[in-house]
Amino acid sequence: MSTPLKKVSAKPELLLSTQHHLCPGCGEPLAMRTILEIITELGMRDRTICVCGIGCYTAFPGIIDVDVLQALHGRAPSVATGAKRVLPDRFVFTLQGDGDMVSEGLQEIVHSAARAEKFTAVLLNNGVFGETGGHMTTTSVLGQRTKTTMDTGRVAEKHGYPIKIADLLAQVDGAVYVARGAMHTPSAIAWTRRILTEAFRAQLEGKGFSFVEILTMCPTDWYVEPSETPDWIEQNFTGTYPLKILKAPA
Amino acid sequence: MLPVQAVARQPATVTIDVETCKGCVLCVDVCPPHVLVMSEDVNRMGYRYPILLDGCTGCELCFKICPDYCFEVYRGAEDAAPLAN
Amino acid sequence: MPTRVLMEGSHAIAEAAIQAGCRFYAGYPITPSTEILEYMSHRLPQVGGVCMNAESEIEAINMVWGAAGCGVRAMIASTGQGISLMQESLAELANAQLPCVVVNMMRGQGDYYQATRGGGHGDYRHIVLAPSTVQEAVDLVMLAFHLADKWRNPVDVLGDFILGHTSEAVEFKPLDERDLPPKTWAATGARNRASHNVTPLGAPQKLNLNPGDHYAAIAAKYPEIARAERRVESGLLDDAELVVVAFGSPARFVKYAIRVCRERGMKVGWVRPISLWPFPDETVREATGRARLVAVFEQNAGQMIDDVRLAILGGVPVVPIGGISHDHSGFGVGPALEPAHIVARITEAYQGKAAA
Repeated sequence: MSTPLKKVSAKPELLLSTQHHLCPGCGEPLAMRTILEIITELGMRDRTICVCGIGCYTAFPGIIDVDVLQALHGRAPSVATGAKRVLPDRFVFTLQGDGDMVSEGLQEIVHSAARAEKFTAVLLNNGVFGETGGHMTTTSVLGQRTKTTMDTGRVAEKHGYPIKIADLLAQVDGAVYVARGAMHTPSAIAWTRRILTEAFRAQLEGKGFSFVEILTMCPTDWYVEPSETPDWIEQNFTGTYPLKILKAPA
Repeated sequence: MLPVQAVARQPATVTIDVETCKGCVLCVDVCPPHVLVMSEDVNRMGYRYPILLDGCTGCELCFKICPDYCFEVYRGAEDAAPLAN
Repeated sequence: MPTRVLMEGSHAIAEAAIQAGCRFYAGYPITPSTEILEYMSHRLPQVGGVCMNAESEIEAINMVWGAAGCGVRAMIASTGQGISLMQESLAELANAQLPCVVVNMMRGQGDYYQATRGGGHGDYRHIVLAPSTVQEAVDLVMLAFHLADKWRNPVDVLGDFILGHTSEAVEFKPLDERDLPPKTWAATGARNRASHNVTPLGAPQKLNLNPGDHYAAIAAKYPEIARAERRVESGLLDDAELVVVAFGSPARFVKYAIRVCRERGMKVGWVRPISLWPFPDETVREATGRARLVAVFEQNAGQMIDDVRLAILGGVPVVPIGGISHDHSGFGVGPALEPAHIVARITEAYQGKAAA
């Protein structure tokens, strides 16, 4: 081969180590990579504060090269509120799972949106409490088998309906940007990169509360092979949670 | 995206950190020219890992879908886009 | 030049916080702490600070978490019920080593255990300071911010309805705080430095996940605090046969009652713990060394009496002479605080008629 080869893609600059304990085929590291790449692109490493919730993704604070405020389960939006209010020129984003944000901390995210807090909230939605071993969350879809809905799947009469948090937040006046992406295919990843960038820009331009939901694969707790997860998302998730921009600044 | 045949002539390759790989196979499924196959051997963690055959186009899809940050992608200089993207 | 101004206790506490450099406050209305929130909502913006009228106690304490985590002096106030809601965060704020000031304007004195033991999980301590006058509340709030930064730990100020709603002339005397180190640990965006974490879950350094070492290091801090930060006041102990122990607002009534008892020929003295954690056990032990009896007046079913007994270690009998006593709203301004009642209880104890 005569032409010299040039490296065109590598692990994100802001990743201090590629070692993490997340399962094979997990979608969360893909979301983390996308976020870190955008932070680098926008030149924001030196003024970024990540407020991290508690779930599988709590593996990241130790290996990402930005300041992290670790919050308790459900509380990241309130912690981010305190941080952004005292340091309004910093770039603040929260990282929460569906158990953290939509089950434990629903009122925190809704109130933060209503107050038009100028941070970006990121939801990694896989419809299960992954870290505890795969139990039903508020976002588990109807029919979804989890450790606590094993025999019947999620049944509305017994377990109620999933909360479509992005749809709910889009109704709140203080939220200026609300969109949903996913990590199951390269084109979904490219779409999510676009909406994350738009959400981050909405914050940087001081427009108000911005929110991005990202559907992430959890083969372990969906009881499928990693290679089956893209189809699983299309068959089970995107009907309830379609990938789209629900609200954007005029 | 360019048709696979068109870019296949460009020199391109990937490096794979096989010791970090957890064998999820997402890269194999996503590879347009089907030049990734899983090993028979296992790495230190006990996972099979992808091996690159001839014919890589440098399309970066394996890199983009890999949850374990195993891939780096190299392309011929005339075709190379900047790293940040 | 310092000047004295007449202020209601709650407002004085809020103003003291601002003069100590507090620039973030979050609160949820609850009697009798609400006036602190009201004062903060108009005063903090005047000095470039932020006051959040939060939607719940849990959100309020976690907003304080965020501001404190960015290195800003932050305070929250509530009463025992609201403090109960915050317990998970109050426990983990200590593990995250986040300095902040937590004011509990109690209803009576039923939150002694809550403050000194904590309702939260794990091995943690808060420093607890209990003022008995509005001036002392001002001084202790300023000290609380200093100690919180010095030890990187939450500090509680334990007041009550009477303290919050009593107006007294006060003077604000900011402390010399030049000895405090800069808050290089704060999450501010990693400009010109390595990034780090502010976390209750492990070490602040990246690539260093070892929660066990982290918790052990924090646990090692508490005995140091206990040695350094005991505070206590006492009087009339030289010939005292009976020593009365009381804290907070009720201690003012006790001091008056003891003067009355002295005028009636009784050899009685008093001890007032100012820091409830660390409890001033050595002073209490020494103060009671020559007494034949110790009586504890507290406006609850008997909580501090345990710490008094632990301090005395059986050397002298200890009897309770306080009790639960409320007004019609349950805010703890009860008839047990009548000086005549306290005099009668002390007299009973002095005459050996108090039940152990």
